[in-house]
Amino acid sequence: MTIKRIKVTSAKCTGCRLCRQICAISHFGEINPRKAALKIEAHFPQPGVYRPRVCAQCGKCMEVCPEGAIYRRDDGAYIVVAEKCTNCGLCIPACKPGVIFQHPDVPYVIICDNCFKCTELCNTGAITIHVRPVKESA
Amino acid sequence: MANEFAGSGGLAGTTLRINLTTGEIKKYPTDRKLMREWFGGRGVVAKILYDEVPRDADPFGPENLFIMSAGVMSGCFIPAGAKIGFGSISPLTNGHGDSNMGGHLGPALKFAGYDLVIMSGIAPKPTYLYIDDGTVELRDATRYWGLGSLECEPAMKKDLGEDFEIATIGPAGENGIRFSCITHDFGRQAGRTGQGAVMGSKKLKAIAIRGTGSLKVHDLDKLTEHVTAIIQRTKAHPNMVPWQKYGTSFFVGWSNNNAVLPTRNFQTTYFEDAEAIDGPALVEKCLITHKACFGCWMNCGKYTKAVLPGKETVYLEGPEYETGALCGSNLGMTEINQVCYLNWLMDNVGMDTMSGGGVVAFGMECFQRGLITTDDLEGHTLNWGSVEDAEHFVDMIVHRRGIGEYFAGGTKRAAEKIGRGSEKFAMQVKGQEMSGYDGRYAPGMMLAYMTCDIGAHHNRAWTITIDMAEGQDTIEGRANVVIYMQHIRPLFDCWCICRLFWGELDIEPEEIVEALNYITWWNIDVAEALKTSDKIWNLVRCLYLERNQANGRTFDYPPARAWEDKIPSGPNAGKGLSWEQVEGMLDDYYACRGWDNNGNPSREVLHDLKLDFAADNLEKIGLLGKPLPNGIPAVRGQRYKAKAF
Repeated sequence: MTIKRIKVTSAKCTGCRLCRQICAISHFGEINPRKAALKIEAHFPQPGVYRPRVCAQCGKCMEVCPEGAIYRRDDGAYIVVAEKCTNCGLCIPACKPGVIFQHPDVPYVIICDNCFKCTELCNTGAITIHVRPVKESA
Repeated sequence: MANEFAGSGGLAGTTLRINLTTGEIKKYPTDRKLMREWFGGRGVVAKILYDEVPRDADPFGPENLFIMSAGVMSGCFIPAGAKIGFGSISPLTNGHGDSNMGGHLGPALKFAGYDLVIMSGIAPKPTYLYIDDGTVELRDATRYWGLGSLECEPAMKKDLGEDFEIATIGPAGENGIRFSCITHDFGRQAGRTGQGAVMGSKKLKAIAIRGTGSLKVHDLDKLTEHVTAIIQRTKAHPNMVPWQKYGTSFFVGWSNNNAVLPTRNFQTTYFEDAEAIDGPALVEKCLITHKACFGCWMNCGKYTKAVLPGKETVYLEGPEYETGALCGSNLGMTEINQVCYLNWLMDNVGMDTMSGGGVVAFGMECFQRGLITTDDLEGHTLNWGSVEDAEHFVDMIVHRRGIGEYFAGGTKRAAEKIGRGSEKFAMQVKGQEMSGYDGRYAPGMMLAYMTCDIGAHHNRAWTITIDMAEGQDTIEGRANVVIYMQHIRPLFDCWCICRLFWGELDIEPEEIVEALNYITWWNIDVAEALKTSDKIWNLVRCLYLERNQANGRTFDYPPARAWEDKIPSGPNAGKGLSWEQVEGMLDDYYACRGWDNNGNPSREVLHDLKLDFAADNLEKIGLLGKPLPNGIPAVRGQRYKAKAF
């Protein structure tokens, strides 16, 4: 059994945001990077770096969710149950990378679900799939 | 608050009309027929300028319009769908002017809900346009007025929020320097035709946009499949790695090896120190990070810093090829940090590095020849290869001090003031300075400069590699290739996507039109696209003739250096064009276009393009082309497979 997550190499990011485009298209069928579950921070004019921010799979969102609307899937992803989520936003400040999003059109919070479409499109290796084996628990 | 006009087919839905004099802001549904017939972007700008700006309107007056158009593809899921076009009557050429830039502003405008923003009038005080989805306001920009472009953007982001996309002008635009640019994303520019100067004349310091909406396209599933396949296929293209590593900067070496690199104001074409300012030197010495526009997987942008003794370290994007040539070899700069520094300087004051490089080079040659002296330069010299001299001269121009006033209008106007034969080496056509290729032994490129609709710019017809491939001594047949390029390349400016991936990664025009058809409702083919581009080209020509009131041919000549001076040194020493060749190229070009020998469009060609109204207007002022004895060519331009570099 393995756990997967997105691995970031900031120095390789060029800020193109193809990742955000394909994320929104895959999950909402819309061209709208504001509906993506990852973000690219741009630090300009100095020092001049892009920092992709992605889900760290820390589980804080699940811990603070008062509705039990977030669960952990076997592959490591934290999945939002849209029907249970009240969009209260309590999980947002709990997220250290700051990658839980709300959008006026979407009645629930947007969290990465490990589809990895973003890594498939990235042409620089700034975001890749990190696979980690886990021991079967007794 | 969302906009009331829903978009589809790649359009965001809403058009803004803003009167800067009165502050009135009106929203309209985007005219879908106009977009379809004129292809958005550059085409729509051309039509609006033709229809709405009085022929005698001063480019710096309230009647000139300043238009932003993000076309149908910008913001969509398409390679480098990142562009935004700006348009107005150009203060450099007094004709149609348009210039575009990448980055993220165009997509932001679309996501905010707008396809077109048409601004008229002059604001009573420094102003910036604020767009936050449905909220559109003209806000006081007094506190930003006077800031450099690269200083203004972070200041505005600090005030408004990091997620606003900002475009600004610098002091050059504020002071009406005719070759001023618009800057965005810390180094992306709409550089040509003086669009920044028009913004400045309107007291419009900046544009700030945040958009959170979605774009609707005709068939998102097919678009996604098609574009994903293009991206995945081209990741392995042999050009991808060098392109990602160097961007266009490595073309300095290529141009020099082929001896077409403008050197010391186009005096010669081979620069002995080219290696020191070439792409590898840039990456090794100055690179901070690679930088891409919205949705682009080629990341040609190079974010760099310049470290020079005695100067503060500065941060910039670039230099790309054109700046590397025109602020490098063309100024005799022998070290890449010098080129970076001048790139930063011009970006920050807000002048086009291409025209800016051309203007400074012209000043340096005037100094070399004793036409201007230290007395004219506040005691300074203006020597080749001196950053200090160039910096002081730029400061004189930006603040219009002394002789700087002459140069504030560009090389053509400066030469008219300086006289004494300087017109011969004022390297411009129609008032706009030449791009970074010497055309004396690249006839297609020279013809492209001569006939370009916005003055001597390479982007309409970049034929330098075709000259190499087809033979630099060959002139026959070149006109039709130039015309094809003048039709296909501006299509990207209409649709507001970048064109670089097309030639460099072997993506066929048909593939791009297929993507266009998934985005829009148009269902067109490449032939129709090219014919529409032909229509736009002819309308822009008609507007130029109507505004400048003389036969077109009189405007299509390069400076006399093009035929009087043979290349004096380097591998192409002794090569050059004759006057007869220059004339012959124009004869051939006009015939291939269906224009008469005066360079005026004939009624037949205008009728074929459904531009009868323009033919009527030309007829009224006596500038309609004479009927051609053998009729007009059925198809103008001959398709040419651009070879990947």
